Amino acid sequence: MTTTVLIVDDSKLARIVVGKALSALQPEWARREAANADDALAVIAEGGIDVAILDFNMPGRNGLELAGDIRSAHPDMPIALATANVQDEIIAQARALNATFIPKPITEEGLKGFLSGAALKLRQRG
Amino acid sequence: MIVPLVLSELEHDALTELVNIGVSRSAASLRNMVGEQVTLSVPSVDVVSRKAAATLIRQRESGEMVAVRQDFEGAFSGRALLIFPETNSLALVRAVAGDELDESEIAAMESEALTETGNVVLNGCLATMANMLKRPLDMSLPQVIRGDGDLFFELSEHAEDQGVVLFLYINFSISGRAIRGYIAMLMDLPSLEALKALIGEFIERVTGADDLGQLG
Repeated sequence: MTTTVLIVDDSKLARIVVGKALSALQPEWARREAANADDALAVIAEGGIDVAILDFNMPGRNGLELAGDIRSAHPDMPIALATANVQDEIIAQARALNATFIPKPITEEGLKGFLSGAALKLRQRG
Repeated sequence: MIVPLVLSELEHDALTELVNIGVSRSAASLRNMVGEQVTLSVPSVDVVSRKAAATLIRQRESGEMVAVRQDFEGAFSGRALLIFPETNSLALVRAVAGDELDESEIAAMESEALTETGNVVLNGCLATMANMLKRPLDMSLPQVIRGDGDLFFELSEHAEDQGVVLFLYINFSISGRAIRGYIAMLMDLPSLEALKALIGEFIERVTGADDLGQLG
C-alpha cells in the first residue's frame, strides 16, 4: 500500500520545497497538503495519512498544538515539526509528543533521517 | 504617481517564509539571552505608505516606545527595528543582564543592553535573509531611539518621500516576563524592486524551477 505524507504549512512555497525533497527521497510516496491545523485535521479524519510534516509558526493553532491533536488519535504516526525556531522549550515539547525536529529551511539532508525512520517504523508495523 | 510594484502571491509567500525563518532564528538567540521562551506571531508583510506603517504601531501602543534601529544596505536597503513599550525597557534589560543587578546598575546599562539585544535579534534575522537570498547586506551599528512610530519609520531625515514602503512586522513576547514588542522592517520602493528580483531567484532555486533548462 502506498505511504501518504501530509505536509502542513501556511506557506505554499514551503510546501513545494518539502514536496520536492520528499519526491527525491521517497519517490513512491504520495502526498497531501494542508495550509493550517484545521484543514490538516480534516484531511487526517478522512483517513489514509501515514506520516505528517508540520510547520511550527502558522496562523491559528501552531504545529505543536496540531501535533498534540494528531498524537492523541494516532499514537504511532511518525510526525515531524519543521522550524528554524530552535528554542529549548519548543524542542522539548516536540520531543514530549514524540515528534522529530527538522530545521528550516528544509533540505533533503534535513528530511532524510526523519523519512528513513518513518519508513522503518511503517514497515515494522506492516 | 508611480504605480506600486506589488509582489505576486508566491513572491509574497516566499518573502513571508524568509522573514519567518529569519525571525525564528533570532527568537532562538533571544531565548538564550533572556533564559525564557520567546513567542512569535506569524509575520505580516504589506506594501503600505510610511504613514500607514507608523499608524499601525501607534494604534496598538498608546505610550512612549523605545526602539533599537539598524539600517541595512546592499542589493536591497532599508531599516530594521526592534520596538517595545518604554515601560518594558528596564524589564528587558533585567532579563538580559541578570536579576541580581540593582536599580542603578540596570539603569546604567540600559542603553548598552538594548543595543546588544537589538543587534542579536536584527542582525540574526537580516543575516539569515541575506544568506537565503545569496546577497550580502551591510548593517549599520544599532542605535537606541525613543518616541513614536512617526519617528521610527522616517527612512531619511528629510521626509520628502511620501511613497509606499514594504512593511514587515512580527509581535513577540517573553513568557514569564511582562515583555512584548515588535520586530519591524521597512524598505523603500527601489529596494522592493531589487528584492522582488532576488525573491524570484530564490523561488527558482528552492523549487528547482530552473532545473529544466540546465544540465546536471
